[in-house]
Amino acid sequence: MTTRELEKKANEIRQDVIKMLLKAGSGHSAGSLGQADIFTALYFEILKHNPKNPLWEDRDRLFLSCGHTVPVRYVTMAHAGYFPRDELKTLRKLGSRLQGHPERTRLPGLESTSGPLGEGLAQASGFAYAARMDGRKFRVYCICSDGEHDSGNHWEAVLFAGKYNLSNLTVIVDRNNIQIDGYTEDVMSLEPLEAKYKAFNWHVLHIDGHNIEEIIDAVNHAKAVYEDPTVIIAHTIPGKGVDFIERLPQWHGMTPNTEEAKKALHELRTLGGRIRSEHE
Amino acid sequence: MLNSKLKLSNKIFEKDIEKRACRDGYGKGLVIAGEKDERVVVLCADLTESTRSHHFQEKFPKRFVEIGVAEQALVTVAAGMAAYGKIPFISSYAIFSPGRNWEQIRTTVALNNVPVKIGGAHAGISVGSDGASHQALEDISLMRVIPNMVVLAPGDAIETRKVVIEAANNGKPTYIRFTREATPVFTTDETPFKIGRAEIFWDSVSDRVQNITHNSVALIACGPLVYEALLAAKKLDAQGVGSIVVNCHTIKPIDEKKIVEVAKECGKVVTVEEHQVNGGLGSAVAEVLARNYPVPMGFIGMNDSFGESGKPDELLEKYGMKSDSIRETVEKIIEKRGGEKDGDFKSQKERWE
Repeated sequence: MTTRELEKKANEIRQDVIKMLLKAGSGHSAGSLGQADIFTALYFEILKHNPKNPLWEDRDRLFLSCGHTVPVRYVTMAHAGYFPRDELKTLRKLGSRLQGHPERTRLPGLESTSGPLGEGLAQASGFAYAARMDGRKFRVYCICSDGEHDSGNHWEAVLFAGKYNLSNLTVIVDRNNIQIDGYTEDVMSLEPLEAKYKAFNWHVLHIDGHNIEEIIDAVNHAKAVYEDPTVIIAHTIPGKGVDFIERLPQWHGMTPNTEEAKKALHELRTLGGRIRSEHE
Repeated sequence: MLNSKLKLSNKIFEKDIEKRACRDGYGKGLVIAGEKDERVVVLCADLTESTRSHHFQEKFPKRFVEIGVAEQALVTVAAGMAAYGKIPFISSYAIFSPGRNWEQIRTTVALNNVPVKIGGAHAGISVGSDGASHQALEDISLMRVIPNMVVLAPGDAIETRKVVIEAANNGKPTYIRFTREATPVFTTDETPFKIGRAEIFWDSVSDRVQNITHNSVALIACGPLVYEALLAAKKLDAQGVGSIVVNCHTIKPIDEKKIVEVAKECGKVVTVEEHQVNGGLGSAVAEVLARNYPVPMGFIGMNDSFGESGKPDELLEKYGMKSDSIRETVEKIIEKRGGEKDGDFKSQKERWE
């Protein structure tokens, strides 16, 4: 896909996220919209995967540590062909494969069961460690939120991956500066985040988390780092693409009502018509 | 009398019975499991020698992973390795794992349904002089409430070895709790063992069926206290009280059939464990009997209190987990039942059959 096509895809994914959350009536809007460009770049450009054979042995593995943003993963997977888009309507409903927080055993293509924060990086690290033991060539990716950097389990894993030089592991941190109780720097300040990772022997990159080309370039850069694991700090806008959701902590765990969804979809469609990649 | 089919130690009631620590069996089991299956890996949280994981580390250095003092990472890293296809054993003290990392175990191992094997060493009060902060007396409760989890408490070094080897192949999230001190080795290599199957080690009841309503009891035990239950059974036999001693090494899935069977035969049950009475083996047995065949019960274990520093034997004595305490509990229950008429018992029995 061209960059412009990827940007359009991300816009479509945002629209489906809104529709899906409206239908579900509960869920997490801000992070799901904010990560749409990252998920689009991963599923439509970066990952080696096969939607028709989700358990293909040589696929790259994508762990989602912050399980609450799984709506954007479900939508992206549906767009990529893992399952019909119609199934998105079942999010959070009784009997659905699309649980409120992702469960590996229910939907092929999810690599872990997550939701409780701070536990994903350690699982991705264990997976990467085991894969390296067997000389496997696929790569392991993990998406983390910034808020979950408050958790001890996460930093235990940062220590672990740093010590064991897990260069087959790339972490993308969704640095959107919000969490449930407010702005991350007010709740429990994380800065200087780059210096923290460096002190734990990680390779650190910064990108605009809404710039598809920067996302792809950074991941390719990480593939060339053989000494250490790489963390890509992706600066994002929570709620990106919908004016009245952007940057507001209260939208972390809220969904739009019918009126708001209509407004959001209108905004996204208008924006979609204006997408002209700077890179063309 | 001792169940001769089980080929138990022939020195079982002798003073010079061999003593060895369950953790030694854990260490040996890890090596054998590792030899049998190259997917077996061992992760440890800075307690490699004292959990006896060093045997595996020496034999398979590339399959041993040091995690440091980080029990949450210990289990979550293992969950990732298990999702990949490894069979990770994670070694630490029971107080830290599953004590400190319970939610991680619930989410990333049990709900995720991956075969991580949690080795909880230094369980129980017999860890001794380290004191209450290090005496895991709640771990069985913590683990048995989690769906998908298998919970095992082997009785001696040989049984612990067998547990480890079998757990490596069960394909399920599994918790193995074991103790620190050298304790009597009452089973042998030939003693049959199967996860989920409780074994009758002693039976001095069957030939006195006439007396069962007043004079017999089933002792259902796990861990090294199975041996104390056997000692109690022998003393009771000398007093004319018949008993059945069940080694209930698998607390989940519990052997309901065997438990109901011995309850029916004896009419009274006493459970024996080095664990809080709240939520442990005793509770698991009580749940089975309440549903199927309620009988009077006694509970040997910690009674809602913490331990303290002391020698293992002193502590077991003080907190009422040695054979004399078991015997006294049995006597009290028999006394109570003795006050009732046979008819009462029969009608109760009929009601439940």
